[in-house]
Amino acid sequence: MLLSDFLRQTLGLTGTHVGCEHGVCGACTILLDGEAARSCLMFAVQAHGHEVTTVEGLSPENAGELHPLQAAFRQSHALQCGFCTPGILMTLVALLRDHPDPSEREIRETLSGNLCRCTGYQNIVDAVKLACDATLPR
Amino acid sequence: MTPRYLGKRILRNEDARLLTGRALFVDDVQLPGMLHVAFVRSNYAHGRLRSVDVSTARQRHGVLAVFTAADLGDYWRPGPLLVPPPPIPDLVFHQCTQVPLVRDKVRHVGEPIAMIVAESRYVAEDAMEDVLVDIEPLEAVVDLEAALDPAAPLIHEHLTSNVAAHVVQRKGEYERARAQADLVIRRRFLYDRGAAAAIENRAVVASWDARAEELTIWDTTQAPIPIRNGLAQMLHLLESQVTVIAPFVGGGFGPKIMMFYPEEVLVPWASKRLGVPLKWTEDRQENFLATTQERGQIHDAEIAFSREGRVLGVRDVFLHDSGAYDSYGLTIPINSQCTLLGPYDIADYESEFTAVFTNKTLVTPVRGAGRQHGVFVIERLLDIGARSLGIDRVEIRKRNLIGPDRFPHNHGIMFQDSAPLVYDSGNYLPAVEEAARIVDYDRFVREEQPQLRKAGRHVGIGVTCYVEGTGIGPYEGARVTVEPSGEVRVATGVGTQGQGHFTALAQVVAEVLGVDVEKVRVVTGDTRAFHWGTGTFASRGAVVAGTACHAAATAVREKILDLAARMLDVPKDRLVLSGGRVQVGDSGATGQAIELGALAVEANPLRGAVQPGSEPGLEATAYFGPDRGSTASGVHAMVVEVDPETSMVEIKRYIVVHDCGRLINPLIVEGQIQGGVAHGIGNAFYEQLVYDQQGQLLNASFMDYLLPTAADVPRVEMAHLETPSPFNPVGLKGVGEAGCIPTGALFAQAVEDALADYEIEICEIPLSPNKLHELIAKSDVRK
Repeated sequence: MLLSDFLRQTLGLTGTHVGCEHGVCGACTILLDGEAARSCLMFAVQAHGHEVTTVEGLSPENAGELHPLQAAFRQSHALQCGFCTPGILMTLVALLRDHPDPSEREIRETLSGNLCRCTGYQNIVDAVKLACDATLPR
Repeated sequence: MTPRYLGKRILRNEDARLLTGRALFVDDVQLPGMLHVAFVRSNYAHGRLRSVDVSTARQRHGVLAVFTAADLGDYWRPGPLLVPPPPIPDLVFHQCTQVPLVRDKVRHVGEPIAMIVAESRYVAEDAMEDVLVDIEPLEAVVDLEAALDPAAPLIHEHLTSNVAAHVVQRKGEYERARAQADLVIRRRFLYDRGAAAAIENRAVVASWDARAEELTIWDTTQAPIPIRNGLAQMLHLLESQVTVIAPFVGGGFGPKIMMFYPEEVLVPWASKRLGVPLKWTEDRQENFLATTQERGQIHDAEIAFSREGRVLGVRDVFLHDSGAYDSYGLTIPINSQCTLLGPYDIADYESEFTAVFTNKTLVTPVRGAGRQHGVFVIERLLDIGARSLGIDRVEIRKRNLIGPDRFPHNHGIMFQDSAPLVYDSGNYLPAVEEAARIVDYDRFVREEQPQLRKAGRHVGIGVTCYVEGTGIGPYEGARVTVEPSGEVRVATGVGTQGQGHFTALAQVVAEVLGVDVEKVRVVTGDTRAFHWGTGTFASRGAVVAGTACHAAATAVREKILDLAARMLDVPKDRLVLSGGRVQVGDSGATGQAIELGALAVEANPLRGAVQPGSEPGLEATAYFGPDRGSTASGVHAMVVEVDPETSMVEIKRYIVVHDCGRLINPLIVEGQIQGGVAHGIGNAFYEQLVYDQQGQLLNASFMDYLLPTAADVPRVEMAHLETPSPFNPVGLKGVGEAGCIPTGALFAQAVEDALADYEIEICEIPLSPNKLHELIAKSDVRK
């Protein structure tokens, strides 16, 4: 069983989406031990003993607050249909952890591993910059 | 009164659910006892189905049922015609619609032959290997011109040729224009479109409740209400026994409205027959083969100019690829035919097209819906004319625009919605001037470009115009209800695929009722909540459903004022709706006022009587059915640099000046445009569905079919002009497709300009680095 199917069907964590099942679109991106990974290219059993974070883990439901990157996405209108969004968030969370203040080029290069058909990407790039600005003073 | 919510950059109501992974998409639906479906599909583009042996598959552990066409009995029948052709004189149309499962002949790769129901998708897909399909291959019909050869194999054998339709439309007398012309230019143009490639594939979940005798379907459709009505008819159920829910849908772009896909017909039928909930979710390869797409047209076009660069007339004869069936009617080629006229005053026009059956996936609208093709033809003809006449490219466009005093403008031909092609309003010249100003056209051409060229750089600029017919009928409706909590509920029939309906429609209602936008909860795409309407297509959601919301909210407002006037004992005209309250005059927070929630409770009394002639509650339903659509317009400009060694194109600047009437939410409008431009860039340079001579799609994966990425799409600089539509009270026009309509034409113009020293002429879209390299290599004037 694929990790993406295990997350969605067995655990009922349907925030992780499946768009191509061949590792190109990035909608199924999760964090595996903190690294962005395609959950459609792994078997669930390969995640045994590893830490998996999905979009549901970014903002625990009872906390009622969005993760700063999620908030920046809303602020910048960085999502339309929202289907690719969870995978993009996970990709960018990993980017921002390692590069707290990425250049536009770095953002675009990282983001180029995720396909979005609605937004044309610009507002996502802007959201990342906004999230950096918002988190810097902390 | 100054708008409080309309026209404001209001953040979206739906975002929190989508950002946290809580939004429901169809594939997220999990029901107890649910089984999974997979389809065995044709590997051949054209062939006779000799036999299907499913006996081994039926015996596989975990398989509950396998169905072929023979199992469907009377339920097997060709699908309906989605859009009947407009009443155009002498129009020829041969209706050949898709079937649920192939019975005798396969007509494209991916056509479903057998349906497997199993305990998991894994088992169902394993069982596909057990099905023995015997097909006698026939020669595939792939090329549009070859399809019309009298010796070509017939795809639909009851017809005498592969012609699906033939349509001629005329205004004026082209021969007259030609006779008066100083210059006549003739060219052949190829324009190919591509896959919609929504990141969410299609999915259908169906659950028959035998006790309640009710069928519930979750469907990634853009048109839940027509799906419900059609399924009820096919399954001999009352419409009220069938619920169709299109929850959050992960991108539509056109192909998610194709009534009916075989899977949409089969999954509900099988659920009812087996008495268990069923789910089918398309995989990406199926999406490339079995979800509709838009493809190519071949235009042979001629334009007649005066010496001054006035367009006297155009004649265009083109072929349109229908694919294996023509279930969507003639929407695409008629859009091409009509949109060619653009914002230009063209007195004499003759357009003839032949739609052709081919052994390829069905063609139905993809964002733009044939408009690109027409825009490409006229814009290229203007560019070539400008060069021949020694007139600047922007100037020749200015000389041909329809003046602002000539609206409504009737072109005298029929549009796709069976209404005459009439532009409601427009003001084109300021848009051209604004785009030229923002891109700094004159200075670029006069100073910057010559300097850069001297330095050996290949930089080019382009400016193209377009119109977009939007917001067509027949109608949409909405119900607006003030709840006792003071929140307002809006239910409408259109489905949502990312356009921000939860916010834009809320803004329209909030404006009328004076409540905060986040207090307005919109429900879309659920036939339990609202069951009158058609769907989301043709950039019509905001225009048609938005106007219906406006009308329903206005009726609720009257009820609010009537009741409040009675309770407060003041005349209605002294009442103001603001901040979720009705107050007397501008008395502010201290004056006499009633909360809307309290008023809603008063309007639905537990004792006493409702006033004669009135209705309980603060609720109203209203509909809007425009006679015809409203025409949006715009100008795109672009600066590119081409590397002649690699043939890669770098977009330096991209500007959109557009006019979609009155804006509801600039944030959402700009998002639509940026995303549309990205789709257009894909169409112009990256995306093409490549079929071989056997009708096999060679690039049916995201590895091989390239969607533009964040590395390819620049920031689009935008400016808005607002010429309100007189066809609806808010003045709205649609915007959903605007971003991708002129992009191919613009790309061709700017790249050609960048490579001016090679003197190439680009008559084909999509380009690609390879294709551009071939053009450069063929040039014999290389300097």
